[in-house]
Amino acid sequence: MKKYLVRMGDGFLVELGEDEIRRDLEEGTRDAAKRAEVPPLSEDGLNHLFDIYSSSAKVVSLDIGNEVVLTYDAGTLKIRRVGIDVGRIHALQIYEKLLGADTMELAHVDYSYKSVKPIVGNEQPILEQALLLSIVPLFYGAMPNLGIYSQPDGPVPNPSELMPKGRISEAREAQEEAVELAVKDMVYVASAMYESGADGINFDTTGAAGDPDFLATLRATKILKEKYPEMCIELGMAGEFILGMHGKMEYEGVRLAGLYPHEQVKLAQKAGVTIFGPVVNTNTTKSCPWNLARAVTFIKPCVENANIPVHVNMGMGVGAVPVMDHPPTDAVSRASKAMVEICRLDGL
Amino acid sequence: MGVGDPLGMAITHAIASGMGGMRTAGDLVARMQMTRGMKIKEAKEYVAKRLSVSVRDLSDPFRMTEVREELGIGLITPLPGRPMGMEAKFRIAEVLGIEINSVDKFKQRAGIRL
Repeated sequence: MKKYLVRMGDGFLVELGEDEIRRDLEEGTRDAAKRAEVPPLSEDGLNHLFDIYSSSAKVVSLDIGNEVVLTYDAGTLKIRRVGIDVGRIHALQIYEKLLGADTMELAHVDYSYKSVKPIVGNEQPILEQALLLSIVPLFYGAMPNLGIYSQPDGPVPNPSELMPKGRISEAREAQEEAVELAVKDMVYVASAMYESGADGINFDTTGAAGDPDFLATLRATKILKEKYPEMCIELGMAGEFILGMHGKMEYEGVRLAGLYPHEQVKLAQKAGVTIFGPVVNTNTTKSCPWNLARAVTFIKPCVENANIPVHVNMGMGVGAVPVMDHPPTDAVSRASKAMVEICRLDGL
Repeated sequence: MGVGDPLGMAITHAIASGMGGMRTAGDLVARMQMTRGMKIKEAKEYVAKRLSVSVRDLSDPFRMTEVREELGIGLITPLPGRPMGMEAKFRIAEVLGIEINSVDKFKQRAGIRL
């Protein structure tokens, strides 16, 4: 029987037969459909995914003319991360002139709004100089990162220490306090960067600390859009569903814990988000076909519910991209093509 | 997009799915998503109309290099005496009929009357 080369979720290369790939595709879509209570992929969708995985090409792509827009969370930092000591403005120019970037994002290595706040006056002149030199739209981005508002890194009591002791209401109060502080920091930094001329603000990895993280970002977005109606805000997620770290937090009457992408996008729109970036985490013990069928099943109804552009996060460890620092191009290109074609994305 | 080394992530996505940035009209289509919240189809049609080209031309580096040079909206390979950086963004705002935040701020700071 013919075997096809496919990756596992950790990047390991394996050979699978057609029946094994088809089984993984079906199980992947069933898993997502059950968890998020959304429709599984149709037979056509599954066949399309099999066609993509049955290609022996090293890199596959969209058809000419169907390309989408790319946004880059923390793009400035990706060159320094591999050990090349270039300045951030040079990094932006490399992406703009060498890597075909449609947009770029200036970011600080300590990628959190709380961390940027005390040095925002040093960040603004860098952004202002970058804007003089660059042509592609330029975001300023960082994470809401509610985790660093807890002691010992931050001012509020640590919910992770309080909860095991059964002090649930105190843990919740601490999270509520962190939300208030985070909203102020996000609004402060985003306002400064917009006043400096940023084309957009990116709230990246939203929800990393659960429902308080998502709530803070929605609230900050609403305040910023009232203050600057023309501001572009991109909201990228951290995981496929909102962790209920608090459990009772709501936005506009909707409980946040447990929301999946097709529900998250509705609240993002309501808050005033311009571009939404859903995430589906990669399972390292399953194959990429399993992961991709699952990811596409989550994202398809999200795009169908969206009146705003959707740029799916397709970085390392999400969107069926393997969990490794140097994602193999075969796996990335297959995920890229399938996600755009089946979900009818606006961007990545 | 997300985490990963530039070849595995940025370059692979750019080749598999990306519009091509300034090599084509990727930055212009992105601006319509960002300033007007347009979905990809609407954004491409809007930009194509403003540039008087077809939607397919928008991701063709050959065609778009000609168009960008003619309109002075920025090139990957800079040519002497042609608009670069902020100069090109002044023209992009006019060509697309949009406000660009950094262009407006530049005018304010330089004392250029709006």
